[in-house]
This record gives sequence, C-alpha cells and structure tokens, in this order.
Amino acid sequence: MSFRLSYRADPGNPWFSWQYVRDNSETVLNALREHTTLTLRAVLIAALIAVPLAVVAYWFRPLTGPILALTGVLYTVPSLALFAFVAPYLGIGVATVLSVVVLYALLVIVRNTVAGLNQVPAEVREAAEGMGYGRWGRLVRIELPLAVPGILTGLRLATVSTVALVTVGVVIGRGGLGQIIFAGFQNNLYKAQIMTGTLLCVLLALVLDLLLVGAGRLLTPWLRGRTG
Amino acid sequence: MNPVSQAVVWLNDPLNWTNPGGILDRLGEHVSMSATAVLLGCLVAWPLGLWLGHTGRGGGLVVLVSNLTLAVPTLALLTILPLTFLGFGRPAVVVALAVFAVPPLLANAYTGVRQVDPQTREAARGMGMTGAQVLRRVELPLAVPYLAAGFRTAAVQVVATAALATFVNGGGLGEIIRFGFGLSIAVGGGQILAGGLLVAGLAVSVELFFALVERLVTPRPLRRARRRAARRATDAVTGS
Repeated sequence: MSFRLSYRADPGNPWFSWQYVRDNSETVLNALREHTTLTLRAVLIAALIAVPLAVVAYWFRPLTGPILALTGVLYTVPSLALFAFVAPYLGIGVATVLSVVVLYALLVIVRNTVAGLNQVPAEVREAAEGMGYGRWGRLVRIELPLAVPGILTGLRLATVSTVALVTVGVVIGRGGLGQIIFAGFQNNLYKAQIMTGTLLCVLLALVLDLLLVGAGRLLTPWLRGRTG
Repeated sequence: MNPVSQAVVWLNDPLNWTNPGGILDRLGEHVSMSATAVLLGCLVAWPLGLWLGHTGRGGGLVVLVSNLTLAVPTLALLTILPLTFLGFGRPAVVVALAVFAVPPLLANAYTGVRQVDPQTREAARGMGMTGAQVLRRVELPLAVPYLAAGFRTAAVQVVATAALATFVNGGGLGEIIRFGFGLSIAVGGGQILAGGLLVAGLAVSVELFFALVERLVTPRPLRRARRRAARRATDAVTGS
C-alpha cells in the first residue's frame, strides 16, 4: 500500500511505502535501536553531569555565571564543528557521537535545574533549616524534589533535541536513523526511505517526551491536582 | 603529528584558502546562504509575530512552532525539501535554513509587542491612533530590542545549521569537514579540525557581532530590563 501526497508525484518514488518498510525492516529496526540507545545513554550521562553542576551553581552563587556561560558557549558551537573537534581524538565511533550529544544536552539541563532549584521558596528553605536539615539533607529531601519540574523540563528538551542531533552523526557513519535518511538521499532521492527515517525520528522524540511527562507525573504527586 | 598541529599546517597553506572550493569560496557560500535564509525568515516571521502580538492571540501557535522545529532533524528537512517543487540546489537549502530561523524570530517579535506596557498602548489609543498606527508607531519601536535579540539567535542558529548543508552538497564551510572525514581521520584529521575551527569561529563571531548590534539598538535606560526580558524570550525558544 502506498499513497501519494506530493503534487506531480512520481509513481515510482512514493512519499511513503509499506513495501520499503517491510523489505528493510531489519535495517530500519537496527537504526531505530541504535538511535534510541544513543539518545537514552546521552541524556542519562548528561543528567549525571548536569544536575551536580547545577547544584554547585546553586550552592556557590559566584559560580552560577561561569557555569552557565561555559555551557552556553558549548551550545553556540555548531554541532558539526563539535564533531570535528572530538573525532580526531576519539575516532570514528559511538564515543564521539555520545560526547558531542552530551555536551549539547548539558546546557538545557543545567539551566533548567538551576531555575528549578532557585524557585524553591525561601520560607521552605528556612523551615527545613529550622527543622535541623543540613545542607545535604535539605538538598536531597527538600530542594531536589521541589526542583523536579524544572529538571524534568530540562530532560524533556534535552531528549527531544538529542533525538534530532544524533542524526548529524552521519558524518562519521553513526547517525542512527540519520543513516537511513542520508542513505535515502544518496539512493537517488528515495523518498520512502527518507520519510521513514524522518517520521521515526519525530515519533521517537514524541514517545520519549511522553514517557518523561508520565515519569514526571509519578514523581510529583503533589502537583497533580493543581495543573489538572 | 597531532591533529592540532596538522590543523595549523593545513590552515597555513595559502592554496587551501584561495583554491576553487577553498576556504574563501566556502566562507562566501556559507555567509550568502545564511544571510538569505535569515532574511527570508524575517520576511515571514516578523510580520506574523508582530501581528499576533498586536492582536494578543496565537501565543500557543508560537510555542507550537518552536517545539515542532525542535523535534524535526535538520538533516531530514535538508533532504526532504529538495524533493518538493523547490528542486535540488541552493533554494531548497535556503528554505530549510529559513525554517530554523523562524522560531526565534517569531517568538521574539511576539514577546516584543506583548511586553509593551498596556498603559502606553492605551495612551496611544487615547491620542486617537488607529490599530495600525499603534503597531507601527508605538509597539514596533518598543519591540526593536526584542527583534534584535531574535535576529541574533536566528542568525547564530542558521550559521550553525548551514554547516550541515554539505550533506546535500549545498556548499558552505561544512564541506571542509566532510571532505576531511572522507580522507579518513589519519590523513584528514588536520583538515577536519581546521574546518571545525572555521565553522565555530564564524558562529561565535556572528554571535558577538549581533550582540553588539543588539546593544546599540537598545536605548541605554532600557538595557538592563531589556536584557533580562530578552533572555527570557530567547529561553522560550530554546526552551530553557
């Protein structure tokens, strides 16, 4: 089954074709699997670096500016240039893609986590202090849980942009679904292949985003009634 | 030889700059392609954003547009557009880049008009201005710093994205990096790194240049408040 969306579509080159998906299911699924694991690993690593960094920025105010500026500069550097910086050292492999993507995801998570921590009301902090919480206790039991919405916003944005960014990995042949898109382009502009890769990318971003929203609702039961 | 000194050697070869397809050619392509794309984005996003801000509707649309473009991979748009009526070549690349310029331009134009003090707007109305006059003579001038902030974000983003045009043989500085990868890392490592430095250098210069422009078009008393607000508007786009 195939349907045409394009004006003056070429019947031999439909925009979408189940035939293509069926015949190449193994390649497509492998690319999807690679894309998903790359994204999940990248976001996880980025979160493990970014949240402590945000806590440092939150505890030591003078460091907030430099930390945000540093991650901001990393964000300004074009993704392809970042690949060019990392690849000569880490070689052509998953490590390169991972490190580039992690560097990009850092900014969003750090910024949103700092924002989340900063919006913990001062009264709440004082009350916690009055109850005898130390710095760590307050962080783990009070401040981080209250910052979960901010952290989650950061994770969601990082995840969605990471899914898009992984495709740039085609430059070293590790682009996940980007590989499918690029192959379709080189394959005499095979539209079905390009569209399959693109749709799967967008779909993957959507699914991961929804999963994070769900996780967020589970983690913040106190907000459920309020936002409705 | 380590990649850094290889890159220095590569950058010091004058032929790499002046050859056909050398750095100067690629830089020209990169800049002209980016400039066209940003201008095209402005033509679409500014009127729409100003109008939406003026009427106060469409805030949801602005957010939706920026979220959608975040999820669509650049590579996908770059490869899909040549398949449409735009055809293979420069126009398709420019349109693809313009699509990525729209969200920051749109969001900042919208926020720029929305942040105008309602009392100012009412005073203008009270002076007998029509809706179009309010927009042109009151809201637009007050929104200029926001428009400049949006322009800067869009320009940096487009210059960064234009590096990917090489995947669809669209030219630009990205070609240097891709050809370097084509030579394998051992041989092309220097060229890869040099290309990366050129692309990153261009992006950072564009950022600094338009930061200066943004500062110049913002009246001094407004700079502090505007900067804070502009950052918020930009955050709405990058979503951070």
